[in-house]
Amino acid sequence: MKQFDYVRPATVAEAVAAAAQPGAVYLAAGTNLLDLMKGGVSRPDRLVDVTHLEGLDQIEHLADGSLRIGALVSNADLAHDAKFAKSYPAVAEALLSGASAQLRNAATVGGNLLQRTRCAYFYDTASSCNKREAGSGCDARDGENRTHAVLGWSESCIATNPSDFCVPLVALDAIVEIEGRNGRREIALDALHRLPGDTPERDSALEPGDLIVAVRLPAAARGFAAHARYLKVRERTSYAFAVVSAAAALQIENGKITEARLALGGVAAKPWRARAAEDVLKGVAPTADAFQEAAWRALSDAKPSGDNAFKIELARRIVVRALTLAAAGTPVRLPALPASPFASISGAIHV
Amino acid sequence: MSELNLTSAPAHLRHGSSIGQPLTRRDGVLKVKGQATYAADNHPPGMLFAVMAVSSIARGRVTSLDVAAAKRHPGVVDVMTSSHKPPLAIDPEIKTNPFVFRMEVLQSDEVRYANQPIAVVIAETLEAATEGAVLLAPRYETLPPLVGLDAGKSFVPPVVGVGNPTENHRGDVEAGLASAEKQIDAVYETPPQYHNAMEPHAIVASWDGDNLSVDMPTQGLMLSLGRIAELFGIAPDKIHIRSPFLGGGFGSKGLMSGPPTLGIMAAKLVGRPVKLVLRREQMYGPVGHRAPTRQRLRIGADGEGRLTALDHHARTVSSTFDDFYEPAADASHTLYAAPAIRTSHDAVRVNTGTPLFMRAPGEATGSIALESAIDEMAWACGIDPLAFRLKNYAEVEPITGKPFSSKALRACYEQGAARFGWAKRPLQPRQMRDDAGLLVGWGMGTATFPALMFQAAARAVIRRDGSGAMEIGAHDMGQGAWTALAQIAADGLGLDIDRVAFKAGTSDLPDAGIAGGSAHTATAGAAIHSAGAAVIAKLADLATTDERSPLFGAGNAGVIARDGKLFRRDDESRGESYSEILARAGVAEVEARGTGAPNPAAMEEYAMHAHGAVFAEVKVDPDLGQIRVTRMVGAFAAGRIVNPHLVKSQLFGGMIWGISFALHEEAITDRRSGRIMNANLGEYHIPVNADVPPLDVITVEEHDPHVNALGIKGVGEIGITGSAGAVANAVWHATGVRMRRFPIRIEELLTQL
Ligand SMILES: Cc1cc2nc3c(=O)[nH]c(=O)nc-3n(C[C@H](O)[C@H](O)[C@H](O)COP(=O)(O)OP(=O)(O)OC[C@H]3O[C@@H](n4cnc5c(N)ncnc54)[C@H](O)[C@@H]3O)c2cc1C
Ligand code: SF4
Repeated sequence: MKQFDYVRPATVAEAVAAAAQPGAVYLAAGTNLLDLMKGGVSRPDRLVDVTHLEGLDQIEHLADGSLRIGALVSNADLAHDAKFAKSYPAVAEALLSGASAQLRNAATVGGNLLQRTRCAYFYDTASSCNKREAGSGCDARDGENRTHAVLGWSESCIATNPSDFCVPLVALDAIVEIEGRNGRREIALDALHRLPGDTPERDSALEPGDLIVAVRLPAAARGFAAHARYLKVRERTSYAFAVVSAAAALQIENGKITEARLALGGVAAKPWRARAAEDVLKGVAPTADAFQEAAWRALSDAKPSGDNAFKIELARRIVVRALTLAAAGTPVRLPALPASPFASISGAIHV
Repeated sequence: MSELNLTSAPAHLRHGSSIGQPLTRRDGVLKVKGQATYAADNHPPGMLFAVMAVSSIARGRVTSLDVAAAKRHPGVVDVMTSSHKPPLAIDPEIKTNPFVFRMEVLQSDEVRYANQPIAVVIAETLEAATEGAVLLAPRYETLPPLVGLDAGKSFVPPVVGVGNPTENHRGDVEAGLASAEKQIDAVYETPPQYHNAMEPHAIVASWDGDNLSVDMPTQGLMLSLGRIAELFGIAPDKIHIRSPFLGGGFGSKGLMSGPPTLGIMAAKLVGRPVKLVLRREQMYGPVGHRAPTRQRLRIGADGEGRLTALDHHARTVSSTFDDFYEPAADASHTLYAAPAIRTSHDAVRVNTGTPLFMRAPGEATGSIALESAIDEMAWACGIDPLAFRLKNYAEVEPITGKPFSSKALRACYEQGAARFGWAKRPLQPRQMRDDAGLLVGWGMGTATFPALMFQAAARAVIRRDGSGAMEIGAHDMGQGAWTALAQIAADGLGLDIDRVAFKAGTSDLPDAGIAGGSAHTATAGAAIHSAGAAVIAKLADLATTDERSPLFGAGNAGVIARDGKLFRRDDESRGESYSEILARAGVAEVEARGTGAPNPAAMEEYAMHAHGAVFAEVKVDPDLGQIRVTRMVGAFAAGRIVNPHLVKSQLFGGMIWGISFALHEEAITDRRSGRIMNANLGEYHIPVNADVPPLDVITVEEHDPHVNALGIKGVGEIGITGSAGAVANAVWHATGVRMRRFPIRIEELLTQL
């Protein structure tokens, strides 16, 4: 393998200083980064291992009703935290629909947010890829692209963001806390991932050295606990990335939707918040017609980037189903097959 | 290997015979504890690590490699290239026998497929060798690759599979179709698939002068030995191969391929032991795969639902430089009693590694198309698919007219259908829903696989302490040879299994043939059985000719061996233990050899096949198109069942491959570059636990006096056949939409739901 330095900073400040150097990257659980390094896709000179930093592995319920999740909390610990799962069921469901139990035990919150696209051409160093190597071209554009983006893509990149976790998070207005060279700042999760435009080599709004220290869910996010679902269609029942997914969260009073949140996964370079669809739903009864209308709105700007027109229709149907499930109410127990269309099959074995 | 600490589960009691007992695998404890030594676990002193650099183009020429940069990297010892390598004794392009495939061992700069080895970096550490391979930064002269089933002009290959005729016919197919009341004309496609054994191909090779020691997983010790001997120009007895365990092979470890040969060459080049292990993505090229097919089925049936004609044509691909043709259409030879049958193949050449046998080669690809088409025809005739199959039940093998050596398929249909509850199936599709509104469908398929035999030899010993030994160079790929063959050995020697030292898995033992074609238990078992009989005969000679033995004079009446004793056949109160016989004779042990081989006379007279019936239930989301198998029953008749426990595991495995075939598995090839874009187990989907329902396997009683002395047919491959079609047919029954391209993709279903 390529030789690289490995540093294990003791404090966040040290970490930021170490990672601000050219060629340095943060290492969390490494479930994505190490794969990329083994494939020669990522060839860092220095790994800054953040897994030993103190205080980043807490789930804190703050006085103002918001929730603060440390960047090093594992995907599994977060999903299985009973209080968390009760308050933010769609987030727990999304987490448990991702990867495998082994990966979820290792993977961190920060790493999940910043995992790279699964575009096969990005992973294949023999292919041209603007994201991997700026200006080299995009072999996916005319290639095997049935799972690529249908929203927000550009001629220079049609990749999708693969995270399940981010989809309900963006629906619930999550905020990302960042420690950088100029101190701490926070941005909306919606602003963390970038659409490709002419610069697909930049995945996110982060600057060199920026460390995600926590993700916050505002107090209002808890108001959806009774009607929140995540639904993920994939090519096998478990252990596969989404073809398309959706997070739907509703507040329903007296037979009317008072607040609606909707986001799509697997359709764009970022978790896709469908605000226009939310607007359609506000103040109306939770009916099939309303959900159809919302689905059309959510996908009104969609266009195929290759052999993937079906994803637009699939996304519409997923939106309708996710909203229908959310309106029916969050199940008392998380389904044994989280986020699966087969979640309702009784006797299923937990995955 | 006597150093293996095999255990048998004492929970299982033996009642006179080991064969038929459901022993748990005797190497299980070793495996669970991580003590089973696989090839790559070996680290002889001074060993170096070799890493292959592979081509990123599918066709062209390597124009430069930065060998200097790789050599400068700390730890790199040498770089083997087409211009710097030890000589071979023969040209690897020469096919010395039909079981020799051309391999890429740096014989030229030409690139014939993506992932072809183009250099080998040898270093003190795996990390250094890996980085050295990257630093080679190859440059190429690229030609447009040939990709896909329409890559070029098609041709009719001389043979398909292993020496099967390309075309077969019986009766007048066109007339049969013309007279038919119902006709089906449908095209099915199956994708390229890769074996993807859990254990990657690996070798640890050490030279000591002219002697070569090799640790390498192989399904064919003697074939590998022979190939290594001819490639390196050394006598076979100078080579020692150890292959006690394989982490799966599925056909890809049957014949010597390029990568392990490169490992041996690398060890020769540097004069030190070398280990070479393939990375997962490197397994998508030089070690074989299942070729894609496009199959057209034309079927006719009369007004009663009886077949009038069956025409099965398969298009497949081979590499640009060698020949292996997936014999998909041959699946139509044995199952359905059409008076007129024609099967034919053609092919195009593409820039891939040469396709190879992969678990049920021909039968798997052919079966999903045939079973789908039969299902389509049953529907066209308005007949239940099981009733339709029974109407067209073949009492003799349709393509040859030969009687079957045994065929309990009717019982498979009956028992499988009863267990599944098939009688309640509505004839019309899209009739069933579950509580949650998911579409439910039931489908079935017939399973079939030939009962093959190869050639094998075994050596049996009975020792003065009353114990026995059985030696045979057999292969355990995970299927359980260490257990099942030891059971046959125990019975052959008339001993308890724990009194038998069973040795297998090395090349210094008698040739057990290849572990392939679902023939290993039958072939090796026959050799063991005959070696056991031969050594008992010798022991009996000692006793029956010795006046002091209670068995004296029993020669004509004969003796029976049981529990370490010989008894007079006509008077079981007269007997004597093996120890007593040998002690009195003053010999330490008696030894004998036995062989197993196909019986040409029986093969001439009978068609020999295992059969089965598979029933599947699927659920399909009516809006989203996602599919899941929720229930599966398979009933199989495969002659004598040596170990029901292991046999079930094999059949489970096959049925899971069937699910995979219908719903998941596909190598995605970039149509422009010929590169495989999902060459990893994250994206090359196979079923995970959540995709596999509780499986129900019934082994149907079948006595076959003709296949071999023990009446054993194989079970390794048959499980896939029938299963893939059953799942596909269940999808149709759930949705009313007929999917003819496999694996079934969400988008194709979605638009028609
Ligand atoms: C086979 C497989 C299947 C998978 N399936 C799914 C799936 O279905 N759904 C899904 O959502 N995910 C899936 N994943 C992805 C998985 O969720 C991610 O690999 C994981 O979340 C990454 O977390 P990590 O801690 O290992 O991150 P790392 O691999 O350590 O890091 C990932 C990236 O984030 C950066 N990083 C990490 N932490 C921080 C931080 N605190 N601040 C700034 N930068 C940081 C790293 O520099 C790196 O670039 C799958 C992964 C695999 C290997
Ligand atoms: S879609 Fe984006 S990530 Fe994929 S090859 Fe094109 S530029 Fe690279």
